[in-house]
Amino acid sequence: MYSEKVMDHFSNPRNVGEVENPSGTGMVGNPACGDIMKLTIKVENDKITDVKFKTFGCGAAIATSSMVTELVKGKDLTEAEKISNATVAEALDGLPPVKMHCSNLAADALHSAIEDYKKKQGAK
Amino acid sequence: MNKIYFDHNATTPVLDEVFEAMVPFLKEQWGNPSSIHWAGRGTRKAVEDARESVARLLNCTPLEIIFTSSGTEGDNHAIKGLAYAKKDKGNHIITTKVEHPAVLNTCKHLQKDGFDVTYLDVDTDGLIDLNALKSAITPRTILITVMFANNETGVLSPIKEIGDIAKEKGVTFHTDAVQAAGKIPIDLQKLNIDLLTISGHKLYGPKGVGALFARRGVRLVPLIHGGHHERNRRGGTENVAGIVGFGKACDIALKDMDREITHLKALRERLEKGIAEKIPHIKVNGHLEKRLPNTANISFEFVEGESLLLNLDMKGIAASSGSACTSGSLEPSHVLLAMSLSHELSHGSVRFSLGKSNTAGEIDYLIEIMPPIVERMRSMSPLYAAAK
Repeated sequence: MYSEKVMDHFSNPRNVGEVENPSGTGMVGNPACGDIMKLTIKVENDKITDVKFKTFGCGAAIATSSMVTELVKGKDLTEAEKISNATVAEALDGLPPVKMHCSNLAADALHSAIEDYKKKQGAK
Repeated sequence: MNKIYFDHNATTPVLDEVFEAMVPFLKEQWGNPSSIHWAGRGTRKAVEDARESVARLLNCTPLEIIFTSSGTEGDNHAIKGLAYAKKDKGNHIITTKVEHPAVLNTCKHLQKDGFDVTYLDVDTDGLIDLNALKSAITPRTILITVMFANNETGVLSPIKEIGDIAKEKGVTFHTDAVQAAGKIPIDLQKLNIDLLTISGHKLYGPKGVGALFARRGVRLVPLIHGGHHERNRRGGTENVAGIVGFGKACDIALKDMDREITHLKALRERLEKGIAEKIPHIKVNGHLEKRLPNTANISFEFVEGESLLLNLDMKGIAASSGSACTSGSLEPSHVLLAMSLSHELSHGSVRFSLGKSNTAGEIDYLIEIMPPIVERMRSMSPLYAAAK
C-alpha cells in the first residue's frame, strides 16, 4: 500500500533525533489520532542549517517526517515556509488516501518550528 | 526469508484434507442439490453430511444449522431476522461495546429503523457486568447479542450466565462465535443460546461459507428471500464445495481440539513470557485466564502499532494491530478503548493470533527480532523521551 520511497524513508529515516539548543521547536498531532511529530531546527542567517525529528506514528507519519527534514535542510526560511504537506506527500510519490489527512503533518511541524523561531527572535 | 503467520484470527489457511474434500465438488460433482435426479443426489448428500459435521462440532441437531456465506451474513441474519420477527413484541436490543463490526453496524442500522439498542460497557479486562445486563433488560427487550470470544483480545464472555439470564427473562440470545468455534468446546445442549454464528475460514475451512445455528422454535425473518433452500430460511443454491470443505474443517477441529488447545496455550505462554522478559513497558490486554488459547494482544508503550507491523512484515512475520492506521479509520480499536486503555496504548497494540502450524521456533524468532525493533521505534518517539 505504500510507495517504495515511503518504505525507504520508513526503514531508513533521515535526521532522527533532536537538534542541540534548537533555534525553533515544532510539535504537532495528538495521541488520539495516533501521530505526534516533534521537529527541531537550527537557523543561521535565515537558513535552516540543521533539522531533526522524533515521531510517534505509523509508516506514513515517519516517512513524511523524514522527508521534510531532507527537503528543508540548507533552505532559506522563506523557501522552507512554502513547503506544504502536499509537497511532502508528492516527494514521497504519494500516500494512500486514508493517510493524506491523518498522518501527513510533517510540514505543519516545520511551520510550527519556524514560527517558534520567529517568536523567539521577536522576543530578543 | 522465513514466512511466519501469527494472524489466525484474521483468517486461517485451508488444510490439505479440506482442499482435497472440496475438489470433486468443483469439478465432476457439479449437480444442483435441489435436483431430484442423479446429478443432484450426490451433492445433496454431501451438503447434508457437512451439516451433520457442523452440528457435531456445536452439539446441536443438523436441522438447526443454516448455511450462510460468511460470519457477517450469519450475524445480520440472526439480529435483523429476530428483530423483524419479534417487532410486535418489542423493539429493544442489548449488545456490548466490544462486538465485531458485523454486529455493531447491524445494530446501528436497526436503530435507524426504530429499534433501541443498549451497548453494555466492559471492564478493563474486557468483560461485561452481568448485573448491568440484568438491569438493562426491559419488557420491550427482544434480543441479547454478546460475542462468545473477542476477535482482538480473545476474551471470553460469560456465555453460560448470559444464556441463563436470557432464558429466565424470556429474551432471545444470539452470540457471534466466529472466533470461538473450532478453538474451544461449544456445547449447545449445555448453553442457553438461541442463535449462534460461525464461519468457515476461521477454522481452516474455505472463505465464503459459514453457518447460523437457530435453535428449534426460534423464528427468523429471512435475510435472503428466494427458493426453498435451507428449509426456506436462506435462499440461494448452496455453495456445495465450500460447505463440504467447511464440514471437513469442523470434523478436524473437533478431533484435534484438545491437542490444539494444549499446543496453542504453550506457545502463547512462551510468546508473552518472552516478550515481557525482553521488552519493558508492555501490557497484555484482556483477562489473562478467560481468553482463547491462541490470542495474545500486547500494547507496546510509546510506539505505534502499524509501524511495528511494517517492521515485523519486513522480517517475514504477519500479525495485526488495533491501531487506527490499519483499520482505515481515524480511531484506534473500539475494543481497547472500551477497556479504558489510553489512545496511545490502543494505537500501540499488536495482536498475535496463533494457529496449528506455528512452532516454538517461530515464537523464539519473534522474541529475538522484536526487542531491537521496539527499541528503534522508541528511540524515534517523542513520547518515549518525554516519559524518560
